[in-house]
Amino acid sequence: MRGEQINSQNIIARSATSVPSPQRRSGGVETVTKLIDVSRCIGCKACQVACSEWNDLRDEVGTCVGEYDNPTDLTPDSWQVMRFNEHENEQGNLEWLIRKDNCMHCAEPGCLEACPAPGAIVQYANGIVDFNSEHCIGCGYCVAGCPFDVPRISKKDSKAYKCTLCSDRVSHGLEPACVKSCPTGSIMFGTKEDMLDLAETRTDFLKGRGFENAGIYDPQGVGGTHVIYVLQHADKPEIYSGLPKDPRISPLVEGWKGIPKPLASVAIGLAAFAGFFHYLAAGPKETPEEEDEEVEKEMRADEERDQELEEKRP
Amino acid sequence: MSEPKPRAKSDPGILRYDAFSRINHWLIAISFVMLVLSGLPFFHPFFWSLTGLFGGPTMTRILHPYIGLFMALFFAIMAIRFFKVSLIKRHDIQWLKQIKDVLSNHDERLPPVGKNNAGQKLVYWIMVLCVPLLLVTGLLIWQPYFADAVPITLRRLAAMGHAYLAFLAIITLIIHIYSGIWVKGSFTAMIRGRVSKPWAKHHHDLWYEEEMDKERRGKEHRGKEYREHEMSNQQHPSMTREEPK
Repeated sequence: MRGEQINSQNIIARSATSVPSPQRRSGGVETVTKLIDVSRCIGCKACQVACSEWNDLRDEVGTCVGEYDNPTDLTPDSWQVMRFNEHENEQGNLEWLIRKDNCMHCAEPGCLEACPAPGAIVQYANGIVDFNSEHCIGCGYCVAGCPFDVPRISKKDSKAYKCTLCSDRVSHGLEPACVKSCPTGSIMFGTKEDMLDLAETRTDFLKGRGFENAGIYDPQGVGGTHVIYVLQHADKPEIYSGLPKDPRISPLVEGWKGIPKPLASVAIGLAAFAGFFHYLAAGPKETPEEEDEEVEKEMRADEERDQELEEKRP
Repeated sequence: MSEPKPRAKSDPGILRYDAFSRINHWLIAISFVMLVLSGLPFFHPFFWSLTGLFGGPTMTRILHPYIGLFMALFFAIMAIRFFKVSLIKRHDIQWLKQIKDVLSNHDERLPPVGKNNAGQKLVYWIMVLCVPLLLVTGLLIWQPYFADAVPITLRRLAAMGHAYLAFLAIITLIIHIYSGIWVKGSFTAMIRGRVSKPWAKHHHDLWYEEEMDKERRGKEHRGKEYREHEMSNQQHPSMTREEPK
């Protein structure tokens, strides 16, 4: 379900587009959500492999840098990575916090807001934010717009890439590849409502196990997300390899992409019209005739003076 | 013999912009307009169809920064050469205060100004502010070369700054182009380089006086030189002789 490959007719938001997109078939579509329960993850990376497998991605085989992270960051060919953090808690005990990092599929996506190319980023009625690479121009604005630092520009084709939440699988009633591969049930998939319910039971369970601050990560600063986490320490999301505490679209991006732009566009048009109408009203600025005569006089005077000089010559 | 034409009309006038300045100006003008046309689509999707002028959206994204580099180079040259005539003087402030008289063509009420009026000087200074900043902010968000190495907050700031500066520069450009259409003779001046003496006197009196002084002094100087030359010819008749074989 990538843009024009299949006409989904349920696009609720489209980059750089102010008129409505086809969304006749958005009725009855429930928003989907991927729940990542960090407390159940064993860091096997089966999801990472499944992602590469399903999406036909083959990232370069890296080298060991002394940690489990491999690759160490998202790339155009690795749409998800496992981030391992050896956290020392207040009791001085080690907690191995492993977070599956990928696109969060925000309800209010910063990438979509920043993108200048019409239709390069779309949001479907089911909540998935998808890059339609056919329309991508490679400007990198989506990178600036994203509060989670997710999109990556390919060196091969200068297009932006990120997790699609397996939009192609989901549109055919399948769960994303990472969900299917998870051996511990750490990754679950369903409607947002169901996933929030499930997350609730998990946080209750964790609280019972002594994790007082266990909670759900569904940041409201971006309107909630369609990838949510269950965290043992929801009060400190930063300890999960820099998960932002209160992510929102940067005010710099809002100030750049929001209302100022249409206003400025109108101002540019008005400036051109103002010139035209000023010309109609005031007319051209011309040199008056008298000025000709004055200069004429001066030039005659000069010439006479020159002649006098000439006559005085020995 | 036919009646001689009035001197002011047949006079070649005053050189206002030499060939270098004119070529320099039009290289900037052409590249600036191309920058506006290739940049506006990324400013607001309303202008998206302009990408068709540059071979499609991705091509427009690729070309825009290179045109920018080209313009920045030639702008730097012009900025240095036009620096002195663009310094704002006391009479320029008075001219600006009477902007209503300027706009309503009541030129007789305006104070005499130098080679450039306050409006032209403002265009100069706004561009001197905008172009280097547009260059720097543009470099910071240039994909795929520099952007990835720039911290994300700086990249966001640069992207925002680039848009606002471009807006300021475009508005200034529109005013600049309109002035060229509105003030008769100024467009020709930038094309052919010369202006008539009445034009110079009317629009830039101080500069006109300066130029006329130069002309007079030049004549006197040339007259003197000519006389000295004649005398030296007399003293050294050998100089007129043919070279020995």
